[in-house]
Amino acid sequence: MTEHQSRLQTPLGRVRGAGSAKGGTHHWWMQRVTSLSLLPLMIWFAFSIAAKAGAPWEVMAEWIGRPVNAVLLIVLIAVGFYHTASGLQVVVEDYVRPERAVMLSNLAIKAVCVLLGLLAALSVLRLAI
Amino acid sequence: MANSHDAREATMIGRRTDGTIVRRPLSPHLQVYDMMQMTSALSIMHRITGSAWAIGLIFFVWFLAAAASGPDAYAGVQWFMGSFIGVIMLFGITAVAWYHTLAGVRHLVWDAGYGYDIPTTYRTGWAVIIGTGVMTVLTWIVAIIAWAS
Repeated sequence: MTEHQSRLQTPLGRVRGAGSAKGGTHHWWMQRVTSLSLLPLMIWFAFSIAAKAGAPWEVMAEWIGRPVNAVLLIVLIAVGFYHTASGLQVVVEDYVRPERAVMLSNLAIKAVCVLLGLLAALSVLRLAI
Repeated sequence: MANSHDAREATMIGRRTDGTIVRRPLSPHLQVYDMMQMTSALSIMHRITGSAWAIGLIFFVWFLAAAASGPDAYAGVQWFMGSFIGVIMLFGITAVAWYHTLAGVRHLVWDAGYGYDIPTTYRTGWAVIIGTGVMTVLTWIVAIIAWAS
């Protein structure tokens, strides 16, 4: 066995310097973890917001600003945008070519998700504090 | 033949026994495979609904940012969400969100190692389709009752 074959890494992976399988199972696992935590949050948010349909600003702003609601909303925003970015990343990896466009698209997706997530979280905090 | 800008192409190129280069077939083969089976159709729908929901999140952020900005900005959101296009769009997001949620639960069950046999796959597939309809209607019944009161 030659030296480079003794590693658990393909020659192609070694040349690209991306490790054996990039992040291994971390990406896959985090998608499952986030989906599991989004399940109760999604059910809570969907019915809470449906029950507030047509509510005036005063009622809605007060509801968003309540401590428990604000915490749950911020968790929903953080986990939701994490899940969104990792989901869109897989779609981009499957359909976009060449690899340079994949990298740039995923960086753009992450940037938009971080910015929108921060905007949403700040809005909740402003009503809560 | 090969796209020299994409290392993934390396795995898509093979050689015949006579040494000539051949492009390996894609899986699932887009011309041969019947994409309109329940299994593949629901799988594709999971991706489409996930991507659509990502776009729908923009309205979630707009709603929160407007609520934080004050009554005037919030009135703008309320006007749009109550307009014809707004209601159609919200209804679409509701259906898309419930589909992706229920199909996601189906995926989690698969990840746990259950429900791989064909009859169960079809049963859970129908459960997702019917569940999407039921949950979407239920959410809107709650919304319409709240709106009317």
